[in-house]
Amino acid sequence: MPVPLNHYLILSGLLFAIGVVGVITRRNALIVYMSIELMLNAVNLTFIAFSRHLGDMGGHMFTFMVMAVAAAEAAVGLAIVISLFRTRQTVDVDDVNLLKG
Amino acid sequence: MVLPIVDFGAVAPELALTVFACLLLFAGVFLKENGRAVNPWLALAGVLVASAYAACPAEPHVSFSGMYAADRFTQFFKLMFLLGTGLTILISAKYSDDERINHGEYYALLLFATVGMMIMAAGSDMIVIFLGLELLSISLYALAGYTRMRAESNEAALKYFLLGGFAAGFLLYGMALIYGSTGHTGLFGIAKAVSHGSPNYTLLTIGSILLLVGLGFKVAAVPFHQWTPDVYQGSPVPVTAFMSAGPKAAVLAVMIRVFEQSVAFMNVDWTAWITVLAVMTMTVGNIAALVQTDAKRMLAFSSISHAGYAMVGLAAANKGGISAVLLYMLVYTFMNIGAFGILALVARKGEQRTRMADFTGFAYTNPGLAVVMTILVFSLAGIPPMAGFIAKFYIFMSAVEAGQYFLVFAAVVNSAIGIYYYLRFTVYMYMKDPAEQLPPLKASVGLLLALVISLYGVLRLGVAPGPYLEMAAKALLSF
Repeated sequence: MPVPLNHYLILSGLLFAIGVVGVITRRNALIVYMSIELMLNAVNLTFIAFSRHLGDMGGHMFTFMVMAVAAAEAAVGLAIVISLFRTRQTVDVDDVNLLKG
Repeated sequence: MVLPIVDFGAVAPELALTVFACLLLFAGVFLKENGRAVNPWLALAGVLVASAYAACPAEPHVSFSGMYAADRFTQFFKLMFLLGTGLTILISAKYSDDERINHGEYYALLLFATVGMMIMAAGSDMIVIFLGLELLSISLYALAGYTRMRAESNEAALKYFLLGGFAAGFLLYGMALIYGSTGHTGLFGIAKAVSHGSPNYTLLTIGSILLLVGLGFKVAAVPFHQWTPDVYQGSPVPVTAFMSAGPKAAVLAVMIRVFEQSVAFMNVDWTAWITVLAVMTMTVGNIAALVQTDAKRMLAFSSISHAGYAMVGLAAANKGGISAVLLYMLVYTFMNIGAFGILALVARKGEQRTRMADFTGFAYTNPGLAVVMTILVFSLAGIPPMAGFIAKFYIFMSAVEAGQYFLVFAAVVNSAIGIYYYLRFTVYMYMKDPAEQLPPLKASVGLLLALVISLYGVLRLGVAPGPYLEMAAKALLSF
């Protein structure tokens, strides 16, 4: 018996929500970034589920693009975290507070 | 094997910029320390070549299987982005020397970011729009943290990166839901599915809201603006100048394309959402700018409020409103990058002096530059005969025509508030004596050239905006 579309959508919605909550509540920059990745993977699952349901390859294509971009973003993001650690010796986003109005 | 026919004409400016960006990266390997002075001029040559390609009028068409538009609308935006990038390179030349960041990579990243903006403006498929947006964003994350020895710059890069990624998540989820409800990623396909088919309206509405949230983050619309002041204050000054003009225009181009072209047929009133966003963006941006003491941070809030004015034209949702948005972003590119150029000069080495108070007595030490700065901030405030006034005038007119009187009222009140904090620059420059003795400031050739172009734009568009207005109106014909 195939898994119905709704189950995929509910799962991906939950994953996305967990990612959002992670970004908002976690304080370590790396964990925040992991939560963002979780959001992107939830999106990928949504695309694939719709793609399968509609019988259209557009969603698959989109997913590949998202994966490639996420990899590029990880490279730049981790470089930023490293250079922050060099100047400040911390990756806690609450300690990163030089700029305030 | 059959090679596909590639429509190089549609992507010629992008290709030219990419080639020059790669050249800059190669040059970085071979150039010695003292040969690096050539970097900005090489980048500028790339911008000029790309402009020549972009200026060539092509028959409006959509190429790459309906994914990439080569119309007048795209052309207008491409030329505007190239102008912004050119001005940024000019004000970067001296700055990057002083801060020891005169690497090929810096200029290559600027060019790659410009390619990203062009792809966004041209994309008529959600995949292409997303790719352009990410190319732009990833380049900007790196640029924001480019002065990597400064803790502020690192902090700006981290904040931009985390919040940018967060926003991209929302944007993508919105795109996924729109795809699910219509079965298309192309904007024409979506428009067709919405007008003829029976899409799932619940999914489509949630998807559009998420898309608007994602784009709102990128254009720094209130309440999604929290990252903006920190990122703008921490980034190197020329990068802040760059970020405040081009990328915002690129996101507005995407908003126009998506909401005018494909979601316009929806049964929900999206102009109401944009109206709410526009009013909040203008008001919060202006009121927060009032209390700032740091000039960079103040200009950050001012750029938030300017995005709000531009969104008024978007909310008007008529031809006049959209072409007024195009004109507004062009004028904003001219005046804002010039103002940031002077700020980069006043800030001196290491960006130690970016407070408003550091402009004290500027008119006595550098009378010429003070006059230029006065003209630019008058234009930002929207005082005639400067271009800022004309741009605002057309935006407000279009809102009146659309019958959005409340929106016009809010915009006019906000312009009045804006005058107060822009004039503080003139008060500091003209009405106070210089407090301390500092070595005199001398503008570099690049900065002078950038200021001449800015001044020309501000005065030319302010006194006789006719041809530019016509260009902006023509840009919409090929829709």
